[in-house]
Amino acid sequence: MADSSSPAPRLSLRGITKRYPGVLANDGIDLDVAPGEIHAVLGENGAGKSTLMKIIYGIVRPDAGVIRWEGEVVHVANAAHARKLGIGMVFQHFSLFETLSVADNIRLALDRGNTRRLAKRIREMSARYGLALEPRRRVHTMSVGERQRVEIVRCLLSQPQLLIMDEPTSVLTPQAVSHLFGTLRRLASEGVSILYISHKLDEIRALCTHATVLRAGRVSGECDPRGESTASLARMMIGGDLPHPVHRAAHPGTPALRVESLDVRADDPFGTTLRAISFDVREGEIFGIAGVSGNGQRELLAALSGERTLARDDAVRLGGTPVGAADAKRRRALGLAFIPEDRLGRGAVPEMTLADNALLTTRNAATLARGWIRARGVRAFTEQTIHAYDVKASGPLAPARSLSGGNLQKFIVGREIGQHPKVLIAAQPTWGVDVGATAQIRQALIDLRDRRVAVLVVSEELDELFEICDRLAVLFHGRLSPAKPIRETSAEEVGLLMAGATPAHAAPRVLVDQQ
Amino acid sequence: MRVVLEARPRPSHVAIWTAPLVATLATLCVGFVVFEAFGKNPLAAFDAFFVAPIANLYGIAELLLKASPLMLIATGLAIGYRANVWNIGAEGQLTLGAITGGTLALVFGDAWPAAALLPAMFIAGAVGGMLWAAIPAFLRTRFNANEILTSLMLVYVATLFLSWLVHGPLRDPQGYNFPQSKLFGDNAMLPILLPQTRLNASFALALAIVGVAWLFVRRHIVGFEMRVAGLSAGAATYAGISWRRTIWLGMLAGGACAGLAGVGEAAGPIGQLLPSMSPGYGFAAIIVAFVGRLHPLGIALASLLMSLLYLGGESAQVNLALPSAVTGLFQGTLLFFLLAADVLVNYRPRMVASAS
Repeated sequence: MADSSSPAPRLSLRGITKRYPGVLANDGIDLDVAPGEIHAVLGENGAGKSTLMKIIYGIVRPDAGVIRWEGEVVHVANAAHARKLGIGMVFQHFSLFETLSVADNIRLALDRGNTRRLAKRIREMSARYGLALEPRRRVHTMSVGERQRVEIVRCLLSQPQLLIMDEPTSVLTPQAVSHLFGTLRRLASEGVSILYISHKLDEIRALCTHATVLRAGRVSGECDPRGESTASLARMMIGGDLPHPVHRAAHPGTPALRVESLDVRADDPFGTTLRAISFDVREGEIFGIAGVSGNGQRELLAALSGERTLARDDAVRLGGTPVGAADAKRRRALGLAFIPEDRLGRGAVPEMTLADNALLTTRNAATLARGWIRARGVRAFTEQTIHAYDVKASGPLAPARSLSGGNLQKFIVGREIGQHPKVLIAAQPTWGVDVGATAQIRQALIDLRDRRVAVLVVSEELDELFEICDRLAVLFHGRLSPAKPIRETSAEEVGLLMAGATPAHAAPRVLVDQQ
Repeated sequence: MRVVLEARPRPSHVAIWTAPLVATLATLCVGFVVFEAFGKNPLAAFDAFFVAPIANLYGIAELLLKASPLMLIATGLAIGYRANVWNIGAEGQLTLGAITGGTLALVFGDAWPAAALLPAMFIAGAVGGMLWAAIPAFLRTRFNANEILTSLMLVYVATLFLSWLVHGPLRDPQGYNFPQSKLFGDNAMLPILLPQTRLNASFALALAIVGVAWLFVRRHIVGFEMRVAGLSAGAATYAGISWRRTIWLGMLAGGACAGLAGVGEAAGPIGQLLPSMSPGYGFAAIIVAFVGRLHPLGIALASLLMSLLYLGGESAQVNLALPSAVTGLFQGTLLFFLLAADVLVNYRPRMVASAS
């Protein structure tokens, strides 16, 4: 369907096929990307987008098919080769060394340059694209959103001709998203081709000039997204209509989770110190905390989940019981469940099976008898979770790392809801999860609320917060703004608070300069 | 051209379990070269090293006898290793177990019947081993001192402590000033399982402990939590698994098993306290644990192999006049090849042009 008048494609794929044991990830895929084109690749998790991008980037070798780069047939041997050709990629799952600094991580990918000069270039680049970064900071201290900025800046520094972006906006503020779009449009006008992988249909319609839709490893359609509606794109992608969460009015009761003047000192020099945070989450409501990551989310979540215990026992209360000094296990026993933002290595042990991962937090009479594991009970719970949340996995014995990000998240959400908690804390619950699963997870949170559970959602995605929350507060520089009912605030106001406006007068005039 | 190692997407199960066999074969090949270099006929040497020691029932009993402490200690160490708790000091914990259990035998040997004395000795030995292991555990959880170093250094403290005891307070007054204790009385000696051999009840104890450890690791929530702690520290914190408890349990399991092995030696083949209670079982068990893949069945098999290396080394000294270091040489070679095989299980070597 490529326009015959368009210039010769920069990248051209023909009949790309890749088979993994038991699944045909890519099945004869054709794709052309012209210079200066912003080309969307749309598809649900497991549709084959990531495999296709890894083939282009040289990480995975196709079983069949031809890749042409600037008209020449190429066999991309590895990522270094791809970068040499001029292909850059920002991953959905980051490939950063946690113990190294931002500058060192970037230098490793560039294979050259001295650190000080590089640090200057990083500062310039991050200022130019509004991606605030401190080059000396070590990656392990950074949140998911900040790590993504490193990936984006790292990619831009090598001046690619083709930039592959795997769901780059899922953790940015609305202002930063439009900023990024400006950047991408500018790059495109400079002749850079962009492959933009996303499932945010509104964004694709606003940004991309061409879209290839994948379903079950095949191209299921091509279009100009500017001429499509969100619904028609969704239909192409999932082969049916998009489910919409049903949100009834909240009837909140007594506070189930109460936080009172919580102070947490940052435990590393680049962390965020929390100051005087107070809020409560009542049973039967969803309380949202918005904010760009790196503003204290990591510290707050650790203090709430019990991964970090506090000196003051009464700073956090669960159903009236002070639990500030209690560890995660004791808080769980009191009815807390927690969906962390990192799925592999925190919410789940990658090497272990789903059944073992179920046992990670599921401790009840069905799974344990006086400390002895009841394998049958664990298996039943696992199968039930897989079934109820439509997790695509080979079974309870599939290792966690064999699941796609979205499917593993569904499993973790299912597992935590399966604890029948009184309070559920969810951090970035739909980060990197496809539309179908996102709708399902949000609906599950709303249903939980309707069953009188207190739900706390910490997210960077305003769409999500406005869709499911009853009240909302914003975390900025370790301080929490006063909570507001969702109907009394707007995305603009919250966006400004996320960028540092003081809550008293959330007008642009009093913007705290963040640059 | 240069060779790079690239990670395999998923190591095969067959490779994981055949790696120890490949390592064993490679060790034999090196042995071939070593015997050749010493001017011995390799085939005759192999016969003397690996076949002759177990050619009769007595030899097989010796094989099982020496495998018992290795199996016991490796099982205990594996519990810690799976949780990334690196107890390297089992040799010292064995020594402490021999001291506490042996002292009990020397003090109450005449007063108590065997049915009470032997269990009491084993309990005392386990407690002694645990006390010794508790020191690195405390230093790690309190001051974050590396348990690899502290547990290893305590081996020498324990050995010197035993040496002082058998030169001083526990020296046999009728022992012509030799640094050794009195011989244990009959009721402090472990019953023999096979008549006419030295195979004693500690072998049965070792098998029982292997079974219990397997149940603990596979079926008990605490064993599960320790596996989680070893695989992913983040997930362990998330699930509220205490890292302090993990370290304590990992160290104490190793210490208790090593202490039991110490009693098994003192009340078994040795029958008294000597300045040295073990030919390095505490260190060899580290190799056994890894050759056995930290798995109970694997450990049982690996302890037989390691025991054979001990017997073969003794036999080679007697029959071929080879130095005693040949045992250590084979142990080291085996560990080396196992680690190398492990690398190849997880990584694939690939030739690349060294253009860039």
